[in-house]
Amino acid sequence: MKQLAILSGKGGTGKTTAATTLSSIVKNKIMADCDVEAPNLNIILQGEIVEKEDFYGKETAVIDKNKCIECGLCEELCRFNAISNFEVNPYYCEGCGLCMYKCPVEAIKLVEEKTGHVVYAKTKAGEKVVYAELFPGADGSGKLVTQVRKKAVENIGDSEYLIIDGTPGIGCPVLASATGVDLVLIVTEPTLSGFADMKRVLSAIEGFKISSVVCINKWDLNKEVSQQIEKYCEENNIEVVGKINFDETVVKALKNLQSLSEYPDSIVYRQIYEMWLKIKKILDERVESK
Amino acid sequence: MRGFKISVLSGKGGTGKTTVSVNLAKVLNNSVYVDCDVEEPNGYLFLNPQIEEEKTVEVIIPEINSDKCTLCGECVKACRFSALTKLIKKILVFDHLCHSCGACFEMCPYDTIIEKYKPIGTIRKGKAQSVDFIDGKLNYGEATGVPILKEINKLIENVDKPVIVDSPPGTSCPVIHSIEGSDLCILVTEPTPYGLHDFDLAVQLVKQRGIPMAAVINKAGEGDNIIEEYCEKEGIKVLAKIPFKKEFAEAYSKGKLLIEVDNEVREIFDKLSTDALELIKK
Ligand code: SF4
Ligand code: SF4
Ligand code: SF4
Ligand code: SF4
Repeated sequence: MKQLAILSGKGGTGKTTAATTLSSIVKNKIMADCDVEAPNLNIILQGEIVEKEDFYGKETAVIDKNKCIECGLCEELCRFNAISNFEVNPYYCEGCGLCMYKCPVEAIKLVEEKTGHVVYAKTKAGEKVVYAELFPGADGSGKLVTQVRKKAVENIGDSEYLIIDGTPGIGCPVLASATGVDLVLIVTEPTLSGFADMKRVLSAIEGFKISSVVCINKWDLNKEVSQQIEKYCEENNIEVVGKINFDETVVKALKNLQSLSEYPDSIVYRQIYEMWLKIKKILDERVESK
Repeated sequence: MRGFKISVLSGKGGTGKTTVSVNLAKVLNNSVYVDCDVEEPNGYLFLNPQIEEEKTVEVIIPEINSDKCTLCGECVKACRFSALTKLIKKILVFDHLCHSCGACFEMCPYDTIIEKYKPIGTIRKGKAQSVDFIDGKLNYGEATGVPILKEINKLIENVDKPVIVDSPPGTSCPVIHSIEGSDLCILVTEPTPYGLHDFDLAVQLVKQRGIPMAAVINKAGEGDNIIEEYCEKEGIKVLAKIPFKKEFAEAYSKGKLLIEVDNEVREIFDKLSTDALELIKK
């Protein structure tokens, strides 16, 4: 199994477009949508749910009114201001347990809260995708990302590649999306913020010793910044494996819920295809040399 | 102008949340722009503020005084975030996993744990002409920006100006902290099936918190009706539609404010701000 994680630092740079297009290009793979807060992959792949597993992502303190003697200690101790008037605000409670440990009459329990599902789906064409459904307000934690990846590995079958559509941002779920993969593909766009975000992801994963390659999406929108990105990559020994044009086809495909593979003659499709060949070569070489 | 708080959110990054926030703050004039997207604060790229003050945000993490520690393991047992591990000769702290909850301090029977301050990010304050500017930035690899958001909330609690909050992307815990106490949430979305999906998640979240909301359709054009139909059903007012033009993407890439490059957009934002204020008055 060869694992590729697609990251972007920030949403909206075309990460999912890259992921869905790769999904149609790479045949023997399973996809893991680790953008657990806004999983979009299966919307386009339209797979049927094969398996759905409850996810208990969080513990929350619950006060037993009958036992509580209203001493107020828990409220005083809680560092997250989650308790007031002997009631726990579940949105603020981090489930640290301090109140439970300290309550003099053992009136507090921690209750596991179901915060979502991990779903395994399969399309008619046999494409496999694992993603999460998170209840609104629940945290898309690293734990959930790990769970999605685990489920994907369980269902890998004879697939050769695991492609992970990573979490945006640079927080803990991102690290969970990228740890232990063979290669990270960073999708960036030639904007000042895109460039800044790309550098932030690179620093975030630096400590993990995973090699990265870069794809500049809509590179022709701002050739100057594109050049800066390329220069930065060259100086830091990061290969730019793809430069994707700005193309209305992408917008059209998005609106019609289509994959770019339905526009095989479009320049963007061809560019992503060529990018995959480069990625594949790197992946295969890396895994073989292990 | 009386103080109020408008939070701009999007369900997901990249839909134009920052575009709407910075342009709205600018149009309102004499407002406060607050960038709560602490993992990637980008508002400053558009507002070019003069930074006047920079403050480090710290959290408390445990430091074990190994001379006094008996290795009883009570702290390890207490920590629900696996931030402490017992080795043969010492207790090891993984500070990036620590939630600063204080349980270990409280549970150590020998009082051997010292509170150590650890910086996790910074808050900057400044001025971008007529707009007051605040942003928070989380250091690489830190688990959560929530402590920074709490500090920012304290800063804006009592200002008597309009406050525009550029919320973190997504629909999780940091978003809840950043929208708390808002008079209005503006949800920015794109007219695509994905956009609708993420928008729906954000709507559910804001509903749960009982805050009035309105929508802005970014990159409007073909396909708008999927958002409009949804809004109609949910009783959400569509405040504005920002058209999709390649020039805008170019302007954005250069860090320019849309209201300064396009008159039509300026009018859209003028109207947006008036309509938003109407909704707040109600
Ligand atoms: S510490 Fe226990 S008894 Fe005291 S107020 Fe809290 S729940 Fe009630
Ligand atoms: S579990 Fe922790 S965060 Fe939750 S209420 Fe108790 S002390 Fe506060
Ligand atoms: S609880 Fe205190 S004494 Fe016991 S192992 Fe932890 S630090 Fe050491
Ligand atoms: S403060 Fe809380 S999270 Fe941090 S090490 Fe102590 S018990 Fe664990």
